[in-house]
Amino acid sequence: MKPAFSVIFLTTLIGAGQGLFLAYYSAEWLVMLNMLQPAGSDYTTLAASISFLLLVAGLLASFFHLGHPERAWRAAAMWRTSWLSREVIALPAAMATVFAYAVIRYFGLDLQVLTLGRIPVSLSTLVGFMAMLAIIALFVCTAMIYASLKFLRQWHSPLTVLNFFLMGMASGFTLATVLAVATSAGPFGYFSAMAVFLTLAALMSRLFSLSRNLNLRSPSTLQSAIGVHHPTIRQMAQGAMGGSFNTRAFMHTYGAGVVRLGRRFFLISGFVLPLLLLFFSEADSLLVCAAALLLQFLGLLAERWYFFIEAEHPQNVYYQMIS
Amino acid sequence: MAAKPALKREVKSTTCYMCACRCGINVTVEDGEVRFIQGNPEHPINKGVLCAKGASGIMKQYSPARLSKPLRRKAGAERGTSEFEEISWEEAFTTISERLQQIRDTDPRKFAFYTGRDQMQALTGLFAKQFGTPNYAAHGGFCSVNMAAGMIYTIGGSFWEFGGPDLERSRLFIMFGTAEDHHSNPMKIELAKFKRNGGKFIAVNPVRSGYAAIADEWVPIKPGTDGALLLAIIHEMIALGLYDRDFLLHYTNSPDLVNADADSDDFGLFLRSDKEIKESCIDPDNKMWWDRHRDTAVQAHAEGADARLMGEFETEQGCKVKPAFQLLKERVEQYTPEWAEGITGISAQTIRRLAHEMGITARDETIELPIPWTDAWGREHESITGNPVSFHAMRGLAAHSNGFQTVRALGILMTILGTIDRPGGFRHKAPFPRPIPPCAKPPRSPDAVQPGAPLEGMPLGFPASPEDLFVDDEGGPVRLDKGFSWEYPLSVHGLMHNAITNAWRGDPYPIDTLLLFMSNMAWNSSMNTSGVRDMLVDKNDDGEYKIPFLVVCDAFHSETIAFADIVLPDTSYLERHDAMSMLDRPISDFEGPIDSVRVPVVPPLGDCRPFQDVLVELATRLKLPRFLNPDGTRKFKDYKDLVINYETEPGSGIGFLAGWRGKGGEKFMRGEPNPNQWEMYAKNNCVYEHKLPRSYQYMRNWNRGYLHWAQDHGLIRYTDPVNLHLYSEVLQRFRLAAEGKSAGRQPPDYLRERVRTHFDPLPFYSEPLETQAIDKDMYPLNAITQRPMAMYHSWDSQNAWLRQIHAHNYLFVSPLVGAQQGFGDGDWIWVESAHGRVRCMCRFSEAVEPGTVWTWNAIGKASGAWGLEAGANESKKGFLLNHLISEEIPAAAGEHRYSNSDPITGQAAWYDLRVRVYKADAHEPQETSPQFATQARVPGMEPARGKWQAFVRGLSK
Amino acid sequence: MTQLALVIDLNTCVGCHACVTSCKEWNTSGDAGPMVDRNPYGAEPTGTFFNRVQTFEVGEFPDTQTIHFPKSCLHCEDPPCVPVCPTGASYKRPEDGIVLVDYDKCIGCEYCSWACPYGAREIDEQQKVMKKCTLCVDRLYDESLPEAERKPVCVLSCPTSARIYGDIHDPESDASRAINAAGGYQLMPEWGTQPANHYLPRRKVSIAVHEEDLQRVDNPLRKEDRGQRAPTTRTTLDDSTSW
Ligand SMILES: Nc1nc2c(c(=O)[nH]1)N[C@H]1C(S)=C(S)[C@@H](COP(=O)(O)OP(=O)(O)OC[C@H]3O[C@@H](n4cnc5c(=O)[nH]c(N)nc54)[C@H](O)[C@@H]3O)O[C@H]1N2
Ligand SMILES: Nc1nc2c(c(=O)[nH]1)N[C@H]1C(S)=C(S)[C@@H](COP(=O)(O)OP(=O)(O)OC[C@H]3O[C@@H](n4cnc5c(=O)[nH]c(N)nc54)[C@H](O)[C@@H]3O)O[C@H]1N2
Ligand code: SF4
Ligand code: SF4
Ligand code: SF4
Ligand code: SF4
Ligand code: SF4
Ligand SMILES: [Mo]
Repeated sequence: MKPAFSVIFLTTLIGAGQGLFLAYYSAEWLVMLNMLQPAGSDYTTLAASISFLLLVAGLLASFFHLGHPERAWRAAAMWRTSWLSREVIALPAAMATVFAYAVIRYFGLDLQVLTLGRIPVSLSTLVGFMAMLAIIALFVCTAMIYASLKFLRQWHSPLTVLNFFLMGMASGFTLATVLAVATSAGPFGYFSAMAVFLTLAALMSRLFSLSRNLNLRSPSTLQSAIGVHHPTIRQMAQGAMGGSFNTRAFMHTYGAGVVRLGRRFFLISGFVLPLLLLFFSEADSLLVCAAALLLQFLGLLAERWYFFIEAEHPQNVYYQMIS
Repeated sequence: MAAKPALKREVKSTTCYMCACRCGINVTVEDGEVRFIQGNPEHPINKGVLCAKGASGIMKQYSPARLSKPLRRKAGAERGTSEFEEISWEEAFTTISERLQQIRDTDPRKFAFYTGRDQMQALTGLFAKQFGTPNYAAHGGFCSVNMAAGMIYTIGGSFWEFGGPDLERSRLFIMFGTAEDHHSNPMKIELAKFKRNGGKFIAVNPVRSGYAAIADEWVPIKPGTDGALLLAIIHEMIALGLYDRDFLLHYTNSPDLVNADADSDDFGLFLRSDKEIKESCIDPDNKMWWDRHRDTAVQAHAEGADARLMGEFETEQGCKVKPAFQLLKERVEQYTPEWAEGITGISAQTIRRLAHEMGITARDETIELPIPWTDAWGREHESITGNPVSFHAMRGLAAHSNGFQTVRALGILMTILGTIDRPGGFRHKAPFPRPIPPCAKPPRSPDAVQPGAPLEGMPLGFPASPEDLFVDDEGGPVRLDKGFSWEYPLSVHGLMHNAITNAWRGDPYPIDTLLLFMSNMAWNSSMNTSGVRDMLVDKNDDGEYKIPFLVVCDAFHSETIAFADIVLPDTSYLERHDAMSMLDRPISDFEGPIDSVRVPVVPPLGDCRPFQDVLVELATRLKLPRFLNPDGTRKFKDYKDLVINYETEPGSGIGFLAGWRGKGGEKFMRGEPNPNQWEMYAKNNCVYEHKLPRSYQYMRNWNRGYLHWAQDHGLIRYTDPVNLHLYSEVLQRFRLAAEGKSAGRQPPDYLRERVRTHFDPLPFYSEPLETQAIDKDMYPLNAITQRPMAMYHSWDSQNAWLRQIHAHNYLFVSPLVGAQQGFGDGDWIWVESAHGRVRCMCRFSEAVEPGTVWTWNAIGKASGAWGLEAGANESKKGFLLNHLISEEIPAAAGEHRYSNSDPITGQAAWYDLRVRVYKADAHEPQETSPQFATQARVPGMEPARGKWQAFVRGLSK
Repeated sequence: MTQLALVIDLNTCVGCHACVTSCKEWNTSGDAGPMVDRNPYGAEPTGTFFNRVQTFEVGEFPDTQTIHFPKSCLHCEDPPCVPVCPTGASYKRPEDGIVLVDYDKCIGCEYCSWACPYGAREIDEQQKVMKKCTLCVDRLYDESLPEAERKPVCVLSCPTSARIYGDIHDPESDASRAINAAGGYQLMPEWGTQPANHYLPRRKVSIAVHEEDLQRVDNPLRKEDRGQRAPTTRTTLDDSTSW
C-alpha cells in the first residue's frame, strides 16, 4: 500500500495519547491499591490534557485524509459493520472522557462516589475508568480498521491489534516518563520500567509480525485474478498509460533500498535506542528521556509508514505493466 | 443524486466519422451541446454498437486542438514555424483562386491535389478532373491498393467496402494480416457470432493482437512471405484434388486454353474463337476449351461441353495450348510446403494441415440454399450452393512490394475453393462485382491535359493493357506521382506517398501549388517523415520554396498545418453534410446497395467551413464547367445543393445519392434530382438501403438477373459474366510488351526487365524489393506497425479519453531479441534501418514472431502538435516508425530511384522495413529520438486547457 | 432475489475499448458524473473510468494467447467494500444487488477502495468522492428509454456482444444461461466475495481431418486422367488359376 501520511500521524499521535492516559491512570490505581508511592503534586491534569491534545491532533490529522471533512459526522452511521465508523465513535468518546477527567481533576470536583470493598472510588476514577474503556476500544477499533481487511494479509492478524496497542502504550509510557521527569512528579520508576517493558514487548510483537509477513504469500495471483490457469501469464497493458487511482493509491514507489533502510530505522529508532536509553540511563535525565521519546516517536512514524509499505494489496496484480 | 433542471433534449441521427467504417450514430443534443453519442440500432453497418473512438466523439468535437479560423503564413515568416495570421474566407478564396486560375490557364499539371483518409473522392475527383490536372489521388496508393487491385484484377471485387467474408454461414475463416481494418464494427459483430456458432477462426499474422487474439489458431508468419504460404497451400490442394472443379469449370478462366507456344507472339494469351462478340468492355467470352469427350478445342461455355482443366494439347492449326489451370498447376509444382517452410517460418506439416482443413471444409460442409437462379449463359439452377470457407485480408498482405501477387494468390485460393459470391464464402457488395478490370480508364497521353480545360478521362482508372497507360511518347510519366507509368502501371489509386518527394526533386517536373486535404503528410502518412519535413521547407537558389505554395485543409492542429501557406479550417463530422456516395465507396452490404449521409447536428465551430463547400466555391470561382449552368452562371449553391442536383451526365439520373431520387423521392439508383433528398435521408437514419431479391444476392458475377438489374440501375455498363481471372491475360499483355513481342507501347529499356519479371500472369513468390536491395544480415529483423483499435491514425491524440489508453508507444520485441542484444524489458533502445534510426522504449512480448518487431501506428507525435503540451507522452515517449521507412528503394548515387512500392500497383511497401535493434547508452536522454522543435499553437485555437477537465453536458462551460 | 450483473465473454472480446469510453461518455454527464481527467492534454494524462480493458499474454511463443480483459465493479454478492464504509455511502441495493455509492454521503475516506480486492473503485480526484461502475442504474429503470436500451451502455456498445447483462439469480436469464453453457467463473474466488459479474473462458475450436477425407472417389483429379491404362505384361493370378 502507499503510505497515507495523515493516517500515519493519526494512529501514532492518538496511540501516544492513549498510552499516556493509561500510564497515569494505571498509576492512579496502583497508588490506590497501595502498590505505588503517591507522588508529590498533582500531575494528572497536565497528563490528561496532553493526552487530550494528542487525541485532538490525531483527529485533525485524520481530516486531511478525507475528501469531504465537512461530512465527517456522517462517519458514525455504520458502527454496526464498519470499524472505521466505530473508531469514529470511540475517538470522540475517548476524547470526551479524557477531557472530563481532566476537568474534574482541574476543578477538584473529585467527590467520592462509591467504595469498592475497602477502596474509596472518586468521580475522577470512575470517569477515568470510562476513559480507559474508551481508549482500549479505540485501540481495538483503530487496529481493526486494518486488521479486518482480510485480503491485506499483512494486516489481517491479531498481531496488528497487539502491535497498535503495544506501540501506543510504549510511546505513552515513554511520554509519561518524560513528563514525570519534566514535572518532577509522578512515579518515574514505574513509568520508565513499564516503558522499557512495553517497548520490549512491542518490539517482540513487531518482530514477530515482520517474520510472519516475510513468508506471507497472497493467494491472489495473476491466475486467480483473471481466471486463467496457466503457469506463465504476463500483463501487457492495464488500459491506462498515464496511471490511474489504482496505480497511485495502492502502490508505493520507494525502492527496495529505501524500504530496507526504513525498516532498520524504525526498529532501531522506535525500539532499540529508546530501550537502551531508558534502560541504561538510570539517572532521571530529562535530556536522555526526551531523546528516547523523540527517537521512539520518529521510529513509530517510520513503523507506521513501513506498515503500509509492507501490505500488498491484491488489486496490484491487475496493475503491473503498461504498453 | 439531485434532480437536474429540464433540458431541451433532442436525438439526431447521423454517421460517425471517427474512422472510415461509417457507423450510424444517434447523437443526443441537450441545449445545443452534445450529451451522448450512441450507436444507431437501426443502422445496417453497426446495428447499435460503437467502438472506443465513436464513443469518444464528444472529446473530438470539443477538442482544444480544433482549428477555427482560416490562416495565412505571416509575411516573412519561415515555413514550418507556425507563424500565422487570421484571414477572412474571402481573402483565402481570392488568394487560392487567383493562383489556381493562373495555373489552370497555363499548365494545369502544376496544381496537385492529394487527399488522405477522406471519404469524398466523388467530389475531390470531380474537382481535379474539371480543373484539368492529372495530379490527383487519394490515400489508396499508400493504403491498400494492392488489396483492391489484386482482388479486382482477379475476382472483380475485393474486401472491405467491395465485399467480404460471409461469416454468417462460414465454418472456417482465415484472416491474413488484419489488425482492425475499415469494416471495424461489422467485422467484430460477425466474428463474435461466427465464433459462437462454432466456426474455426485462423489468424495468419506475425503478431497476435486485436482480432487475432480471439483466433482459435494463430499462424505466426514472417512478414512479406504470405505469397509463399498461399502458393504452397494451392500446391497441396491441387496435388490432392481439393479444389472445386465444377466451379472452376463454369465460372473462371481455368479451362480457357492459353497459347503455350513460347515462340509465338501470342504466347501466354488466350486462344480466341471467331465467335461473334458484342461490343464489350474488356473480357469477351470468345475463349476456347478442350472438350474431354470430343478431345478437341471447342468454344468456351459451349452447350454440353466438358472441359479439361489439365493437360497439354495441340489445336488443329498446330498451336500448343494448355488450360489456364494446367499453367497454375505447373507454376505451383515448385512451391511445396517444405519450400514454404523455409521462407515463412511455418512448418510444412502446418501448411499441409491448413490446406486440408480448408479443402475438406469447403468440400464436405457444402451449403445448399433453395434459391433458384439463372446464370449468364441461360442455365437454370435449382439452388445456390456454397463452400463455407472464407477469408479476409488487409494491409498485412497489401503493404509489401510483393503484395499484388500475394493478393492474387489469395484470390486464386478463394477461387479454387469455389467460394466467390457464394454463401459461406466471399460475397460482393454493390457496385461490385465489376468487369475485370473495370471500365474506367486513366487518360492515355499528355494531350489529355490542356490549359483551361478539364482532364480528358478519369484521373484514376484500371488499365487493361499498355495502351491504357498515362505516358508520353517516350514512355515517361505524365503524372507527378508517376502513376500509370511503366514504373507502376496498375497504380489504380495513384502514389500519394511520392508526390512531395517528386515535386521537391522536380522529377518528372516541379509544381506550383499542392493542396492537401485531411492528410497528415508531414507526419504519419509520409514515409521518410523527417526528410519530407525538410523538403517542405527546402528552397531553390532563388529563395523560392521548392514546393512554392501549400494549402492544407484540416480540422485539427496537425503536424502538417505547421508547413502550410494557407490553412483552411474544416468542420467536424458532427457539423457538416457528407455523402457516402455510390459514386465513391458506398456502405453496401451483401444483400444490396446502401448509401448514407452525414447531417449536421451542431453548428460549426468559429469560422470553420465544410471543405466540400469550399471546393464548390473554388470550382465556381474558377469557372470549372460542371459547376456552371450552360449560361455560365453558378450552378450549385453549396455542397448540399450539389449532392442533390449533380448528375454524372446531364439527364443520366445518376448522382451522389441513390435513395429517394425522382421529384418526390419515389425512385432509387436512377432518377431525377429530388430537392428533398437530404431531408428524406435525415428522416431514415441517414441511410438508403435497397435489398436485392434473394436470387440476385449470390453468384453475381454470372447471375443474369442481377447483371441485368445492375445494368438497368446504372451500376455496370455491360451484362457480360465476370469470369474469374485465375490466369491474368492483362498482366501477360504487359509482359509481352516488355519482351518486345507485342506491337504498340513498350516500356523504356531500363524498365523492361522489371515489367517482365513482375507482370507474371500467374502469382509467384519473390522477396520484397527492399529486402533484395539491402544487407539482410545487417538488418535481420522485420519491422511493422499496426492499428490500435482505440486510435485512428494521428487523429486521436487530441482526444482526452483516447489518449489515456494510448499515450505513447513501445517497440514490441521477442524476449529472444532482448537476450541476444543484451537489453531488458522496458529499456531504451535504438531501432535502425538502412535509412535512419529512432530511439524508443521496448516491451517484451511473446505474441510476436521472434524475427519481427512492431509498434502501434502513429501514436508518437511531434512536440506541441495536436494541441498537446510540449512534455506530453506522445512526443517524449512516443515515436513514429515512419522515420525509418524510405519512400524510395535504396539505390546507389546516380541510379534510377524507384518508389518503395509494389512495382505493379505502386502500393507503398510500409511493411518491407528491415531493421536492427540495440541498447541505447545509459547516459543518453530518456526520450525518443528524433525530437522536433515544439510546434506553436495557432490563432483561432482555444487557449491551452488547464490541469483538470471534467466534461459534463451543460456544466463544462 | 434479483442480482443484476455482467457476464464478460473473453472468448469474443477483442479489446476494442468501446465499453471503456462509452461508459465514460454516458456517465460523465449523467448521475454518476462528472468523471474528471487530469492533465488531459499534458504529460501522464489520467482520469476516472469505471471500466478498463487490460491485456495479458498467456504462454510462450508460439503457444501464446493474447487475452483482453475488461474489468469494472463486479457487484459482489458479499461485497467487502460495503460493510467497511463508515457513512453508509456505499451500499448494496437489496432489490437488484447493485452496489452503489451515494456521493452526497461519501466523505472520500477511500476505505472502501482498500476493501475491494479487485481495484474496481476510483476516487474522483476533483470531486473527492468514491466512484465506481453503477451498472448504469440510471438507464435500467428509465421508462423514457426504449425497452431495448434499458441496459448498461457498455453492453449496448460492445461490438462482439462480449458483455451479457442480466439477473444471475434467474436461471432463465441470458447471463445465467451463458454462465452455465460456457463455464462462467468468478475472479479471485479465494476471497469469498462472490462477484456477481462472471467471466467466460476462451474456448477453442479445432477441425479433425481424417486420412480418408483426402482420398475420395469423387476426387476431381480423376476427371483429368487421360486415355486407358496401359495393359500390364506381368502375369497375374487371373492368368494362372481356374476353377
Ligand atoms: N508506418 C506506417 N505509416 C502509415 C501506415 C502504417 O500502417 N504504418 N498506414 C498508412 C495508411 S493505410 C494511411 S490511410 C495513412 C493515413 O494517414 P493520413 O491520411 O495522414 O490520416 P490521418 O493521420 O488519420 O489524418 C489526416 C488528417 O486529417 C485530419 N482530419 C481529421 N478529421 C478531419 C475532418 O473532418 N476534416 C479535415 N479536413 N481534416 C480532418 C487530421 O487532423 C489529420 O491531420 O497512414 C499511412 N501511414
Ligand atoms: N482503429 C483504427 N481503425 C482503422 C485505422 C486506424 O488507424 N485505427 N485505419 C484505417 C485504415 S486507413 C486502414 S488502411 C485500415 C487498415 O487495416 P489493417 O490492414 O487491419 O491495419 P494494419 O494495422 O495495417 O494491420 C496490418 C496487420 O497485418 C499484420 N502484418 C504485417 N505484415 C504482415 C505480413 O507480411 N503478413 C501477414 N499475414 N500479416 C502482416 C500486422 O501485424 C497487422 O496485424 O484500418 C482502418 N481502420
Ligand atoms: S468503427 Fe467506431 S469510429 Fe469507426 S465509424 Fe464506427 S463507431 Fe465510428
Ligand atoms: S468489485 Fe469491489 S467495489 Fe465492486 S462490489 Fe466487489 S468489492 Fe465492492
Ligand atoms: S470513500 Fe466514501 S464510499 Fe468509500 S468508504 Fe469512504 S465514505 Fe464510504
Ligand atoms: S455498467 Fe455502466 S457504469 Fe458499469 S461499466 Fe458498464 S457502462 Fe460503465
Ligand atoms: S466493448 Fe466488448 S469487445 Fe470491446 S473491449 Fe469491451 S468487452 Fe471487449
Ligand atoms: Mo489506410
